[in-house]
Amino acid sequence: MSGGTITVGGTGDTGAGSASGVKHLLLGTWRGRFGIGVLALTIFVAIFGELLAPYDPNASSTDVLQSPSWSHILGTTENGSDVFSQLLVGTRVSVIVGFAAALISAVLGSLVGLAGGYFGGWTDRILDATENWFLVIPTLPLMIVLARVLEPSLTVLIAVIGLTSWAGTGRIVRAQVLTLRERAFVERARALGAGDTYIIRTHILPNTLPLIFANTVLIVAVAILSEAALAFLGLGDPTQISWGTMLENAFSSGAPSAGAWWYVVPPGLCITILVLAVSMLGFLFEEYINPRLREAT
Amino acid sequence: MSGRWLFTKVGAAVLTLIFVLIFNFFLFRAIGDPTTQLARLPGATDKEIEQLKSDYGLDKPLLGQFADYVGDTATLDLGISQNTREPVWNEIVDALPWTLLLVGTGTLLATLIGAWMGVKAATKRGTKTDDGLLGFSLFTYAAPEYWIGIILILLFAVAWPIFPAGQQVTPGVEFASWFDEALDVVDHLILPATAMTLMLLGQYFLIMRSSMVDVLTEDFITVKRATGLSRERVINRHAVPNALLPLVTLSAIQFGAVAGGAITIETVFSWPGLGELSFNAINDKDFPMLQGTFLVFSFGVIFANLLADILYFYLDPRVQSR
Repeated sequence: MSGGTITVGGTGDTGAGSASGVKHLLLGTWRGRFGIGVLALTIFVAIFGELLAPYDPNASSTDVLQSPSWSHILGTTENGSDVFSQLLVGTRVSVIVGFAAALISAVLGSLVGLAGGYFGGWTDRILDATENWFLVIPTLPLMIVLARVLEPSLTVLIAVIGLTSWAGTGRIVRAQVLTLRERAFVERARALGAGDTYIIRTHILPNTLPLIFANTVLIVAVAILSEAALAFLGLGDPTQISWGTMLENAFSSGAPSAGAWWYVVPPGLCITILVLAVSMLGFLFEEYINPRLREAT
Repeated sequence: MSGRWLFTKVGAAVLTLIFVLIFNFFLFRAIGDPTTQLARLPGATDKEIEQLKSDYGLDKPLLGQFADYVGDTATLDLGISQNTREPVWNEIVDALPWTLLLVGTGTLLATLIGAWMGVKAATKRGTKTDDGLLGFSLFTYAAPEYWIGIILILLFAVAWPIFPAGQQVTPGVEFASWFDEALDVVDHLILPATAMTLMLLGQYFLIMRSSMVDVLTEDFITVKRATGLSRERVINRHAVPNALLPLVTLSAIQFGAVAGGAITIETVFSWPGLGELSFNAINDKDFPMLQGTFLVFSFGVIFANLLADILYFYLDPRVQSR
């Protein structure tokens, strides 16, 4: 199903020129520049959010739901807090959860895909069935159930999103390993007496990593959206401001019906732009690895 | 051959469902809920707690409890909502039609509009139209659907109030006929269904576009054109029907997203379906209700996947000959 003939690395097309190829990919196309630019800005704000914020994001005042003005460029919340400051400080949670959850998902998916694809047999059957289960079960309801049973916190959010989003990666890695396993250079290594660990480390993994990487970039986007959705439903970390909790507070305090667009539009727009940027990078990497995709679009 | 294929598919679906039951049982009954719930009783003596435990069957071994749970579930006894004190199943039965209405409308519109957009983009590949449609679909893919819902409320229920901001029917109104009531429901349905459509649209568009691009390069299209048929006729009569097939598989992949969207969009529009039940259950820590809605969502997605597989089997002869 998912491209059994994908060729990655080690086959000549991504040899010495690969470093400059990646550079061109990221800076030579408008999609790459947009993706890198937004991501760099987001990470910068995620690190220095508090320093950049003009107000304490939690400080309440009597200026409730004020529209944008010179003192509050994005207006105020239902508690009279500064929306712009919350937006800056809230960036961190999106970034941390997005990347940490995607990392868990990448590690889990790679391990499961590698083990199943390489060893085959019953290991593969059981792991493949597990993958299928996670692919079929509706993800958001599953996340909700897990996050509700455990008490919401940043760690719980990361764990829940990571544990529920690895199956796609597992599927792709498995398919790739299945084709690699039969390739001549792997058989040659095996004939020369190389062990499983050696073959996986030197032949299978390096040829699978680009694929894992491209896929993980796309999972970052999914994880950012998941964190926001869980936070919007009241399952975010109650001690942290995030774009999702901002939307939750705005919605539950009736900001939409009060016409407070300055409170509602910015967090959602930030999520959208960040997800767009990360997805663009993911798609670029995917096309780079699998040039056939370039022809399809 | 076809009997065996069907048997495998149904078997896989049943197995998936069994694992949902096991997951549901262990998560809520064995790890989480009942003991803490009992301990919450103010001033309960140990004896009373023992009594309660035997009432609920919690003194039995785990396997016995699981058998009870499966038996209860099979007879549609999903427990009592801790919040409303109504049987969970009754609440689900009341909510289900509303979710089906919303999800059905959204899926139908997304398929039709997405397919139409895909054909437009593929036949005008590389033009401004194509770029615009691609950009639009990427935006709807990246934007959270509940945020789009809130924006719709801001625009069309607050700034320019032409639609109601929530609920399924105007409260406290006596309708002259069922037709008037249906019109009122449609009026309330438009905004949430639009949000649902926008959420699903991008994927349908992208799949239809690439499928159309593939079909348009196939030899039989060139042959049809060579026989003197007009471009429009070749596209509409020959290319589009062939390109539609992947949409069936896609709808299966989308069911999971649909379930998620139902939860967030229903929350935004106070739409009285399964999603709103889930949202209330999250806030009230109503575990039996959360467990029940999760079960129904999972069952729905598994069943819908199976249906899509079967449909694909009958639509694509290539699968049958395998």
